[in-house]
Amino acid sequence: MGEITTSLVLAGELVATGDARLASIVTLSLQVSLTATLLACLIGMPLGALLAVGRFPGRHTLIVLFNGLMGLPPVVVGLLVYLLLSRAGPLGQFGLLFTPAAMIIAQTILIVPIVAALARQVIEDAWREYREQLRSLGASRLRAAMTLLWDGRFSLTTAGLAGFGRAIAEVGAVMIVGGNIDGVTRVMTTTIALETSKGDLPLALALGLILIAVVLAVNTAAFMLRQWAEKRWG
Amino acid sequence: MGIGMAWLVLDRLGLTENGVCIINDVSLKVGAGRTAILGPNGAGKSTLLRLMHGLLRPSAGAQHWPAPLTQGMVFQRPVMLRTTALANVEYGLKLRGIKTPERRQRAMAALERVGLPAIAERPARRLSGGEQQRVALARAWALEPQVLFLDEPTASLDPASSREVERIIREIAASGTRIVMTTHNLGQARRIAEEVLFIDSGRVVEQSPVEEFFTRPRHVAAQRFLEEETP
Amino acid sequence: MTRLRTFLAVCCTTLLLVATGTQAQERFITVASTTSTEQSGLFGHLLPAFTKASGIKVRVVALGTGQALDMARRGDADVVFVHDQAAEEKFIAEGYGVSRQGVMYNDFVLIGPKTDPAKAIGKDILEGLRRIETARSPFVSRGDKSGTHAAELRYWKAAGVDLEAKKGPWYRDTGSGMGSALNTAASMNAYLLADRGTWLAFKNRGELGIVVQGDTRLFNQYGVILVNPVRHPHVKQADSQKFIDWLVSAAGQKMIADYKIDGEQLFFPNAGR
Repeated sequence: MGEITTSLVLAGELVATGDARLASIVTLSLQVSLTATLLACLIGMPLGALLAVGRFPGRHTLIVLFNGLMGLPPVVVGLLVYLLLSRAGPLGQFGLLFTPAAMIIAQTILIVPIVAALARQVIEDAWREYREQLRSLGASRLRAAMTLLWDGRFSLTTAGLAGFGRAIAEVGAVMIVGGNIDGVTRVMTTTIALETSKGDLPLALALGLILIAVVLAVNTAAFMLRQWAEKRWG
Repeated sequence: MGIGMAWLVLDRLGLTENGVCIINDVSLKVGAGRTAILGPNGAGKSTLLRLMHGLLRPSAGAQHWPAPLTQGMVFQRPVMLRTTALANVEYGLKLRGIKTPERRQRAMAALERVGLPAIAERPARRLSGGEQQRVALARAWALEPQVLFLDEPTASLDPASSREVERIIREIAASGTRIVMTTHNLGQARRIAEEVLFIDSGRVVEQSPVEEFFTRPRHVAAQRFLEEETP
Repeated sequence: MTRLRTFLAVCCTTLLLVATGTQAQERFITVASTTSTEQSGLFGHLLPAFTKASGIKVRVVALGTGQALDMARRGDADVVFVHDQAAEEKFIAEGYGVSRQGVMYNDFVLIGPKTDPAKAIGKDILEGLRRIETARSPFVSRGDKSGTHAAELRYWKAAGVDLEAKKGPWYRDTGSGMGSALNTAASMNAYLLADRGTWLAFKNRGELGIVVQGDTRLFNQYGVILVNPVRHPHVKQADSQKFIDWLVSAAGQKMIADYKIDGEQLFFPNAGR
């Protein structure tokens, strides 16, 4: 109990004093995870829509696959991306290992299945409602998928947020492909892991509390935006 | 035998889903400008309409269009996209590849014809049920279809909205578009249709001019239906 | 749909901004090193001075010695800075490294419960380990092929304890870094071998204290190696060599000696000796 109070006080102090190192770590965390979320949405949402609307062989297999990949272990993704980006790997020549770009790639791979699977669910429900109307108007399946993506944009924020939540909270993948380099690839979660291994548990927990606060802030902003938008558009 | 030159021919059309026969061996010719499909609940009215429009694929028989006609459909519950009323009307035109100055102009004209130019920029989903149905009519009308199918277009509406929707349907018909609609409102069928298709348990058992159907129904199921439905 | 296009345009612009922002062109080398140098705070003390003198930034990836060497074998580092002489010499013999230079040493300490249930206290690491094994007192091993792990295995062997035969529930193979192993030992009140630097910087000590120290066999030599540019042509040879030269220079060696925690010197420079 005493330790948790210490952490709360410490978290408050770190935020109140505007600790510059903390600020840069939080900024990098947000930069990496928000970019990964954006990329995952750009890839995963159209994919989810096609899985919902499309009719092609192997569709059910793909749906099950993406549902399963939602539980992809971050360490495995990290290792995979490490082997790809390592100098000895197929993409080694780009020198991306131990950069924020590598972390973005790993987190994107990690959360594309989450975004795609949740988007598929949202779009499939909408498709059931819209299907006849869109077909009657002469929309192709591809066109219908695009229309449903745009029309479901408020519900789809949930898919994006789920992906973001997973991205910013994971440590296994960014630790391996980022290397936790001070000032370059050190993010919230890797800092927490580092402080834990230094035995500074109050500081680690304080950082954890700040991470939770950041995630809550992003979710609150998204929630309010969605509320406003739904009130506006129905 | 129906009224006028046949523009749609159904030949032994049937639909079976999960072993249940929904439409059973329907052969007829549609030639009237305004046709109402009547029948008890669950008789297969909406299914027949969807088969005609091509939203459902028949499991037996076929339909022929002697001359290809452009079609549209308006549903009982209008599906509005989360955008403005005007953009909803424009959507169908956009799918036809019509570019923006003309598209906007035609969509606006359609909204004017349904009496809703004032709500063009309002979010469609925020409109009342009656207004939404009129936007749906405008969306279909803007495409100037040669045939318009309507599935219970006033079933979810209050009397005032129903009257307005009926007025619009008559105007669409007057503009030369063929109308095929299902309804359980006999007064509406009488006011709008020239010809009635009566369907019972998946079979079209009677096809008559509207006055004849309401005064001298030939089939026993139609007679019973009219007795039950007329107060 | 015009809105959709605007949305896409915004997305792409953001991506470009982030991508260019994160790929800022700075002059840097990548050093694969050990958790002991990073977590003890030594690099935080040394590197700013080097960067100030040379304009070269040093990106440190802190791993166990074994992992650090593997990372360099794959060509993912320019310099390795580790502490397992046998593994380092093997690395050079395989042709992955150019040459090895000693930089400094610190020492290992045997950490254990202050109550010392195995009566391992003293100045003889081998005797201490033998007593722990005899008493079957809980012992936490790194088990991660790090330099510390390699040293621990050497001491067991020298003490004449056949771990494979004697291993039991008392011997916990954790497969983790120094800090995690220390956390585990603190919560289990177990013995373990740690480097002094990490121990001094470690805050969650619980009931643990130093049990054996000062045995010359506990000295822990750090070496620095330039990754072979013939093997990995992208290695930043010139800048890396500058870093190595600086570490073994009088200035670098003095900086190492100056690093203290609570007045206690952690690393002892011994380049060229």
